[in-house]
Amino acid sequence: MTTLLLALAITGAQVLLGLAMLCAAARMFHGPRAQDRVLGLDTLYTNSMLMLLTFGIQTGRTLYFEAAAVIALMGFVSTVALAKFLMRGEVIE
Amino acid sequence: MIQAPDLPAWAATIVGLLVLAGAATTLIGSVGLLRFKSFYDRVHPPTLGGTLGMALIVAASIVCFSVLRSRLSVHELLIGLFLTATAPVAFMLLARAALSRTQDADQAPAPDDADEMVD
Amino acid sequence: MTRFLPHPFLAAALLLVWLLLTQSFSPGQVLLGSLVAWLASLAFAALRPDETRKIRLRPAFRLAGLVATDILRSNLAVASIVMSRRADRVSGFVRVPIDLTHRDALALLALIITMTPGTLWVDFDRRSGRLLIHVLDLVDESEWVRLIKGRYERLLMEMFHQ
Repeated sequence: MTTLLLALAITGAQVLLGLAMLCAAARMFHGPRAQDRVLGLDTLYTNSMLMLLTFGIQTGRTLYFEAAAVIALMGFVSTVALAKFLMRGEVIE
Repeated sequence: MIQAPDLPAWAATIVGLLVLAGAATTLIGSVGLLRFKSFYDRVHPPTLGGTLGMALIVAASIVCFSVLRSRLSVHELLIGLFLTATAPVAFMLLARAALSRTQDADQAPAPDDADEMVD
Repeated sequence: MTRFLPHPFLAAALLLVWLLLTQSFSPGQVLLGSLVAWLASLAFAALRPDETRKIRLRPAFRLAGLVATDILRSNLAVASIVMSRRADRVSGFVRVPIDLTHRDALALLALIITMTPGTLWVDFDRRSGRLLIHVLDLVDESEWVRLIKGRYERLLMEMFHQ
């Protein structure tokens, strides 16, 4: 019984996180300016990392933890590179 | 795909509540990102998912794996540590980029003498 | 500290992170992690030759507790702003004069301000010490200046012996 309730709670949380990802994706597609799109992408990265953590809880495997760590790393690097590009017009000076 | 690990009732309650609360916080943050009108307003809400939402879901993960393996499992703290160290840096760089761009386009309300504050 | 091990705390923290990431405390991983941590601390010393000052621990812990509660509170505040659609909400820029000069203290202040939902570090001029932050719910400018100077800057100054 409690396992079923927990399963429902985790699935509900995944639905909420999915909606959050949709919001971030909508901001990314909608713009209006480039910095809004980068902000949407960064939020999408954070939300998908949290989604992977809930998958880890759901399956009880630590495999998803590593994926979440990699996503967090990639999100940071890509946001910094894009922000640098917006600021200066090139990534590596 | 409805499934969940076999946890005792007290742990299942804690994990379920933490996960739901964290996801709801993150969703509110992303809704704010979609709803606010200007760019500088929009930078604020995503930090909800990066701070409280992340902390709640990481706490749920720690409780879940500690009970499952019946030993303390704290490697999820690394994600929290990493996100708190990097997310602000990314947002600051983005805000600086937006500031230098709005001075060309003159779109968002920039402060009066912001020009002299940019190197 | 010495030429052989320039940043012992950094090396220890890196070793801890390595062991947490691999999730094993076997002798092989401890050895490999120690090697990586030692090389990384040497690389860090080569990158930043200036001496990092020792910090006081008591203000550091007080600051950590303060920041944690502030982040929780402003999370709730920003969440209520998002949900309520208040029409009279005003957001805007606030200029704060900052007296901190130590680089690490400034970096920490930037992290704290940006990490807290509702405030964002936008720009800082080191020569004049003027900081520009953006505030989501701007009621009173002097209130925010007092908050940042009294709450965070004072503790950071204690922490970094300034």
